Amino acid sequence: MQKHTFTISLFAGIFVLTALAQFGVINQYLQSVIMLMGVNIILSTSLNLVNGYMGEFSCGHGGFMCVGAYVSSVVTVLLFSKNHILGAPLLPPSLALFAFPLALFAGAAVAAVAGLVVAIPSFKTRGDYLAIITLAANYIVISAIDNMEIIGGPRGFMGMNATVHGMEGLLDIPWMLLWVLFGTVFTVWLLRRFVTSTLGKGVPAIAQDEIAAEIMSVDTNRMKLIAFMLSSGLAGLAGGLFAHILGYVNPHSFDIMKSTEVMVMVYLGGMGSLSGATLSAVLFTVLLEVLRPLEIWKWVVIPLLLILLMQFRPEGIMGNKELSDLFPKLKKYYSFK
Amino acid sequence: MEFFQHVLNALQFGSFYALIALGYTLVYGVLRLINFAHGDIFMVGAYIAYFVAVLLLGGEGMSGLGVSPGVALAITVPATMILTSLVGVTLERTMYRPLRRKGADRLYVVITALMAGLMLENGNLALLGASRKSFPELLHKVIWTFGNVSVTNLKVIVVVAAIVVFVLLEFIVSKTKIGMAMRGISYDKFAIPLMGIPLDTIIVFTFILGSSMAGLAGILYAMSYPILEPYMGALIGWKAFIAAVVGGIGDIRGAIVGGFLLGFIEIGVVAVFPSTLRDLFAFSVLLGILWLKPTGLFGVAQTTKI
Repeated sequence: MQKHTFTISLFAGIFVLTALAQFGVINQYLQSVIMLMGVNIILSTSLNLVNGYMGEFSCGHGGFMCVGAYVSSVVTVLLFSKNHILGAPLLPPSLALFAFPLALFAGAAVAAVAGLVVAIPSFKTRGDYLAIITLAANYIVISAIDNMEIIGGPRGFMGMNATVHGMEGLLDIPWMLLWVLFGTVFTVWLLRRFVTSTLGKGVPAIAQDEIAAEIMSVDTNRMKLIAFMLSSGLAGLAGGLFAHILGYVNPHSFDIMKSTEVMVMVYLGGMGSLSGATLSAVLFTVLLEVLRPLEIWKWVVIPLLLILLMQFRPEGIMGNKELSDLFPKLKKYYSFK
Repeated sequence: MEFFQHVLNALQFGSFYALIALGYTLVYGVLRLINFAHGDIFMVGAYIAYFVAVLLLGGEGMSGLGVSPGVALAITVPATMILTSLVGVTLERTMYRPLRRKGADRLYVVITALMAGLMLENGNLALLGASRKSFPELLHKVIWTFGNVSVTNLKVIVVVAAIVVFVLLEFIVSKTKIGMAMRGISYDKFAIPLMGIPLDTIIVFTFILGSSMAGLAGILYAMSYPILEPYMGALIGWKAFIAAVVGGIGDIRGAIVGGFLLGFIEIGVVAVFPSTLRDLFAFSVLLGILWLKPTGLFGVAQTTKI
């Protein structure tokens, strides 16, 4: 029984949440907070693979999110909405449900390829110099999109709502909430399977000692390539979901500020802990909403909290432990494969 | 002729980048710490200069002390440099030193620095509001024209200041005893106190040097582009940091070369292409340099001991 309790409760949770949203028990605002939470979980767990498990310092996660957001948005707008440059919709709206995951996948795939910009230099260099490369990659993505007039440039890009409406036309349930929840579960599942697999054990090995890992027959270059591409691909997935939640994207919402936010979530939760990254993404999203009345002071209070955290508990909330390591009794109720 | 005009502009921009990059590189050279708050210290420097200048000259509804602009400039420059270095030292004392004492991992100090920068930016925005401040004119503008090329006295001052600061810092680091101590700390942080060298004093001195250079850059920038806003330090700070890394972070010559290189690339791109492509090209070139030479132009690869 304990083998399946977690899976069952997870899907029951998704079902209950969707049902609550469907019958209007939780309002639009709460729904959007939950969706942002999901996106933040995807972002923080995927960055945790690089910054936590692999021990690198990547500070350009927003750039990959931007690539995913734009690619998937362009695909769905091209297929399902009327755009003055991209022309009339190519497919009837009834196909939106089937094409949407493909568009998300396309965004994630292109973002993963964009991750090569960072992955290839990481063969030769690490630490501070690699941090700059990720930073520069973020800037390059933002200013490249700024200069593409065909997708709106600095004014942003919109028209993704048609796809969401197309899905709702087929069956009127909160589709975006469902997609975000599935995306989140998929991300955490994939990352967990990866880091606990024999192949994925190479990633923390690189963090511990790269040369020793190589002696132990870990192909470090291949591991770095996989880790960076997986991380940036999942960031692209988060970007695609984010773009379709808002129905509007602007290159400047993915700038260095966004990357910093994701980094904050990773270090708040604890490096190398998936449950920590999940927990901190939830906490951080809630904190942002709770502190909203403070307006601009919010961005003074949050850095201050993180500075205090670094002084008194620098390893983050969970350290590098998972929830089941901290509370061993939980193992009675669920187990993972 | 237009070419020389572009060269002059590039020199001026490069000087700002170089002055800020010097602060990054000094702190990095001694502590192996990326002081991400440095761009915001530059912004704070510009604001301090603004308040000192308004206090002396009047403006923005204040009567001021009514001193002449020449005297005001002579007071504003040292006052800003001292006050800005106080900000830098405060960050060191309250945030970085406790972490260093605990022997915390370098990464935590970097995150603290990043957050300190955010706090400075947004604290400024919250305290002073989003309205832009216009900097009073401290220096009477003189324009010299040679053929089609025009040079303002301010541009000359900016470039000369960058070069003087470079020579001064190079002298301090390579010729004086305190400079030797700074190099010693970067070589071995644990053996240096055994030699009777006060570690914390040297580190505070480094922060004073770096932050006062940021303050100087702040005044000169505010005089050249007299509009101040809280986020002005963020982009220019990140760019200067990238310039420092391209030059080889931790090396003073690298900071100067990287700063001027970035200035020339940016102005060169603007001269040929639309100005919106500036950041794209500048960062792509810098990325290319780092791909080919991962430790920067002057940087030395650190060997890993097994």
